Amino acid sequence: MKTVFAKLLQSEAYFNFKHNYLAIAGAILLGFFLLLAIFGPFVTPQNPYNLKELNLSDAYLPPSVMDSSSHFLLGTDQQGRDMLSGIVYGVRISLMVGISAMLISLVIGTTLGLIAGYRGGWLDSLIMRVADIQLSFPGMLIALFIMVVFGRGIDKVIIALSMVGWVLYARTVRGATMAERSKEYVDAAKVCGYPDRMIMFKHILPNVLTPLIVIATIQVGNFIITEATLSFLGVGVPTTQPSLGLLLSSGYQVLFSGLWWVSVFPGLTLLLMIVGTNLLGDFLRDELNPKLK
Amino acid sequence: MVFVLLAVSVIVFAITNLTGDPVLLLVPPDATEAQIEQAREQLGLNLPIWEQYFIFLTNAIHGNLGISFVFNRPALDLILERMPATLEMTVIAMCFAGITAIPMGVYAGAHPQSPVSKGIMSASLLGISMPSFWLGIMLILIGAVVLGILPSSGRGEVVDIMGIHVSFLTEDGFEHIIMPALTLSVGQIAMLVRLTRAGVMEVMHQDYIKFAKAKGVSQRKLLFGHAMKNALIPVITVFGLEFGELIAFATITETIFSWPGMGKLLIDSIYMSDRPVIVAYLLLVAIMFVVINFTVDILYRFIDPRIELR
Repeated sequence: MKTVFAKLLQSEAYFNFKHNYLAIAGAILLGFFLLLAIFGPFVTPQNPYNLKELNLSDAYLPPSVMDSSSHFLLGTDQQGRDMLSGIVYGVRISLMVGISAMLISLVIGTTLGLIAGYRGGWLDSLIMRVADIQLSFPGMLIALFIMVVFGRGIDKVIIALSMVGWVLYARTVRGATMAERSKEYVDAAKVCGYPDRMIMFKHILPNVLTPLIVIATIQVGNFIITEATLSFLGVGVPTTQPSLGLLLSSGYQVLFSGLWWVSVFPGLTLLLMIVGTNLLGDFLRDELNPKLK
Repeated sequence: MVFVLLAVSVIVFAITNLTGDPVLLLVPPDATEAQIEQAREQLGLNLPIWEQYFIFLTNAIHGNLGISFVFNRPALDLILERMPATLEMTVIAMCFAGITAIPMGVYAGAHPQSPVSKGIMSASLLGISMPSFWLGIMLILIGAVVLGILPSSGRGEVVDIMGIHVSFLTEDGFEHIIMPALTLSVGQIAMLVRLTRAGVMEVMHQDYIKFAKAKGVSQRKLLFGHAMKNALIPVITVFGLEFGELIAFATITETIFSWPGMGKLLIDSIYMSDRPVIVAYLLLVAIMFVVINFTVDILYRFIDPRIELR
């Protein structure tokens, strides 16, 4: 393990990373939000889910810098919920949804892509035809439709996003697998009599993984936006577990009463989180793309 | 193409049948069993599901996509009525994106090291990361709440052009369309800038550009005469495909700005379980996407003769 780490520190990628301020900024942003998601509940002033800790007389208080009578750093929403705590819990849900949906899409898409690319034939046609049909529709619309059918829920949002997200991996992996299939090392493995399953997952898979890292990084950001949008439209997460999108939706309702802080801060958080994933994704794409070297 | 549409119709129909019982939402809460049963029969919901689908499909081919449970009018009419509003918004957003993004992208691609280009690229990164609904909310906050200069909902005054209502030609309507169209276009601008830049940067390394440079072609002619033509091929494809994406995202923008288009109709129908309208919307959008994809494929052939159509 230690040698892997030491190797990583000496690699060209790490050298480039050290000299790319944007990539470092992205990594810091993402790292910060990840830490916030994991340890946030220990530092927030209140638990926004716990109705006992909320006080309706605290509702609609502005951020404490603007009004000295308010002791809430980012103000409160219409239920007297501290915005800062709400945002921290929202980041938790957004990141959890984004990362788990990305992992599920990655596993399903890679497996289907490997099978399609390695086996070929009708299975390949079937998987790719489904992918083509799905790709001709915007993911947002498909996810919206799935949520309408399933109803609200964190688990359902994750399922809906995974059903949208697998296609990208499947197509990328299939293309790469088809290129790898005719290479000598695959022939050698076949001659040795390894089963297909082993050739696919042990031999080909490591060689087609690189481009997936870029897709996965950027996809987390996209999934977080999609989840927020679905929740904003009222078909995403349930109201008992306010994600950033749901906070924004309550902010939208009170926008005309001049309560700007309920919609500005959750949105800024969302923006920073996604900027982080995109900065890192951009760096990885340039780094892992051999064409640009 | 037909296969895609059939597949979509089956999936859409089968799945919408799982979304709760619309009868219970429509009858008054004190309705008796018999009344509920009667409503069910009137709406044709008592038939077996494949019969319902078959009736739906036969009707669909005749252009009859069912009658809205809520408005008691043909679903297709409801949608077509609102389509011009959506199309107007998307087309304006698209044009705006094209006009602003392509020059910026070409500049950033031709001078990748200049500080202006770096500024453009940073802005485009922000644009790509911006959730469009939040951008809409922020625009309302600034334009309507704080400054109070732009209206935040509705279409405003419309004028008729060949039987179609359009907003952007009246002053009031124009004020109404600025913020929704801007919301919709920011993501597109950001993406188009990056795409154009990448295209120009790639083309600039090619031999024919070096040759033109050596020949003494002026910088402007080099960029717009020689480089642009090849750099814009991917941009045009994406432009077409993004049009579909925009129609989907218009759903959100319309909801935020209460723009009376078909996206808002979809969201309202979802809240009211108005099944025929949802189905009709999805089928119509599916047809639109199939047509758009097909057109893009053909356009591609004209733009880049190296590509063979199969």
